[in-house]
Amino acid sequence: MTDKNHYHDIRAQEKPPVIKKKTRQGLCPGQNHYVMIYTRYERFWHWSQAALIFALFFTGLNIHGTFSLISFKLAVTIHTFAAIALIVLWIFTTFWNFTTGQWRQYLFKEGIFKIIRFYAYGIIVGEPHPYKKGLQRKQNALQSLAYMTFMLIVGPALWSTGIIYLLYDLWRDMPYAGVLLPIIAFLHTAAAFMIAIFVIVHVYMTTTGKSVFHYVKTMITGYDCVELTEAEEAYIRETQSVSMIE
Amino acid sequence: MRKSATALCQLAALLFALTTGSIAALAADGQDHDGKSGGTADHAKFEELNKTFASGPDVTRACLSCHNKAGDQVMHSIHWKWEFQNEKTGQTLGKSHVINAFCGNVAANEPRCTSCHVGYGWTDMAAGPPKDETKVDCLVCHDRTGTYTKIATAAGMPPLDPVSPKAQTITGAPAKALDLGKIARSVGLPGRENCGQCHFYGGGGDNVKHGDLSSVLFEPTKAVDVHMDKDGLNFACSKCHVSTEHQWAGSRYDVKAIDTVGTGKPGARRDVATCESCHGSSPHPIGTVAGIKLNNHTGRVACQTCHIPSFARGGVATKTKWDWSTAGKLKEGAPYHEEDFTQSDGSHLHTYLSTKGGFEWGENVTPYYAWFDGQVRYTLSDATIDPTKTVEINRIKGSPDDPNSRIWPFKRMEGRQAYDAKLNHLVYNHVFGPDTDSAFWTNFDWDKAIKAAMEHVGVDYSGEYGFVDTLMYWPITHMVAPKDDALACAECHARDGRLASLAGFYMPGRDHFSWLDIIGYLAIAGALGGVILHSLARVMMRGRTKH
Repeated sequence: MTDKNHYHDIRAQEKPPVIKKKTRQGLCPGQNHYVMIYTRYERFWHWSQAALIFALFFTGLNIHGTFSLISFKLAVTIHTFAAIALIVLWIFTTFWNFTTGQWRQYLFKEGIFKIIRFYAYGIIVGEPHPYKKGLQRKQNALQSLAYMTFMLIVGPALWSTGIIYLLYDLWRDMPYAGVLLPIIAFLHTAAAFMIAIFVIVHVYMTTTGKSVFHYVKTMITGYDCVELTEAEEAYIRETQSVSMIE
Repeated sequence: MRKSATALCQLAALLFALTTGSIAALAADGQDHDGKSGGTADHAKFEELNKTFASGPDVTRACLSCHNKAGDQVMHSIHWKWEFQNEKTGQTLGKSHVINAFCGNVAANEPRCTSCHVGYGWTDMAAGPPKDETKVDCLVCHDRTGTYTKIATAAGMPPLDPVSPKAQTITGAPAKALDLGKIARSVGLPGRENCGQCHFYGGGGDNVKHGDLSSVLFEPTKAVDVHMDKDGLNFACSKCHVSTEHQWAGSRYDVKAIDTVGTGKPGARRDVATCESCHGSSPHPIGTVAGIKLNNHTGRVACQTCHIPSFARGGVATKTKWDWSTAGKLKEGAPYHEEDFTQSDGSHLHTYLSTKGGFEWGENVTPYYAWFDGQVRYTLSDATIDPTKTVEINRIKGSPDDPNSRIWPFKRMEGRQAYDAKLNHLVYNHVFGPDTDSAFWTNFDWDKAIKAAMEHVGVDYSGEYGFVDTLMYWPITHMVAPKDDALACAECHARDGRLASLAGFYMPGRDHFSWLDIIGYLAIAGALGGVILHSLARVMMRGRTKH
């Protein structure tokens, strides 16, 4: 039985016996192995980034005047500290991405239209996911593109305008400062709306795994079933470089 | 460069504070702050003063026998000349020239208005103040018995025996004969009761004019004025209004709206009355984001804007509107008054006087806010006005694009006052003159009153008058509240906050791009709707999937 068919079987049956058994072998059928695909740092980065983005969005709307659930002063204070923390986190993560080589995960991949077709149609009618997760390809083409856009366009638009906004005092006496400030504010607000949409879709996408919380659980524990090549498996067994549960 | 270095330091401090916590508050220095202590002579022991004095100038002669430069110094001050040459606008201002939105003008009403002159017997504005230095009134500023005063209508003369039983002082109290010898032997540096006798009663009554200068400041609580707090710092006026050779810092005609020097170098003399001259330009503690942000505000927002949340505090109202056009109504041939404003202390204030017209009053008044670079241009009698529009008696200059402008609080006085309906300029008015047949307060005849004043001053008058709506701006700078009462951010950083009508700049919390917001919220709603529909489709198709 191939991995492809296995997914098929689970979706086809009401109570798949393989899952119910809950043995370690049962967790990862076929050629798949239960390995740590998200390391401790990656998970720390992901969840702290998530918390900071939620804090920034909430306080940002409060500052923006959408609502005033907390005082302006408190909102500005939290927004500033959270922004500094997020920038520090991103600096570390950029370093981590490059030193570990994980940055390659974000590179453009073929087959993005298959993924889009799957989420638009295939998932509803029960087609199998067209992408197979691997140790060196944790993200599908759509994920890579979305995260790349997040990290290279929307993110920088936010933090660059945010830093300029935060340091207004340094440039407020420059010519055209009065014209620049609303432009900065506009870009910052527009990018914040984009992040909000990203987060909504991203959070929803976590429910599209084997079960509603499968992907969230993976992001908490770090483990998931992935296909390993013979070479990968042999390397992991030899070096113990990646945690694998059998 | 200095500014960027400062801001970088602030950022560094913020990061530092992240790890070390907040910075300890500066300890109080425990010094006597009232600004009038520290003398080296007991005037009671001077032979020159141990006698009886027949008149004010008699006392002055004794003062000048030692302080032989003081008379000349005073006679070069605005307190004496009532004239101010504004180098920036080229206008000649001062009480002897300007028209205001209150009683209107000093000229043609001399003995009443010059009762607050720092001299004796200025009876004609056009002739200028007295030339003789013994006419300088040393006691009005230097009396320390608290008894010295001047008669309300006697061109600066103090009440001396015999005093007319009906005579009043400049504060409106019944006048009593003074003991000039005792007063002369008491002299010292001026206290609040000296300055306040005139400055708290400008415009003809308690707090009528300024709004932030009232009799409450004789003995204020901390809540009214954190610096003058009678149980705390207890500042005299001169603690901030520093002087040199009898010239005082702090001009309303040429305001120092921004002070980038701050406290200056140690020992450097600062002849300014700005907040920054003591507090510096980064006065907020830099251990918090809010503190750093507030320090960043000081270049754009005057200290007064946040730290004087309202004026006319402490129980004395200020006049907010004066409508001269209704003056002169009589009941059965006699002047009358109405008292329809009740002050918080229960006293009733005039809302109509036949002599002066209609009034409105306010207590705990929210200021009017405007960009201000310190320059004020007056609408003098030679300026042509447009009577179809509200005339600004004084125009305040400032712009959000000008680094020397800051947002300042003002008392905005509304008026309706007389103008020349043919020549379109403001007119002078002769109101006080119990013995003349032209004074308005005696005869209730505008024609005669305006004509007499215009002749007195020497300005053309067509003979036709009308009334025009006016506005006059008074910078608010006193009654600084304790820091806990300073404005919260959202007082301004809100859609309908205090600065809602101040245009020309972007302010977070107040300003937004409506269409960006609409698109943004719609996109969020669209994304939420999309994922809900998608999940519904998934749920409904469950079990019906193809193999």
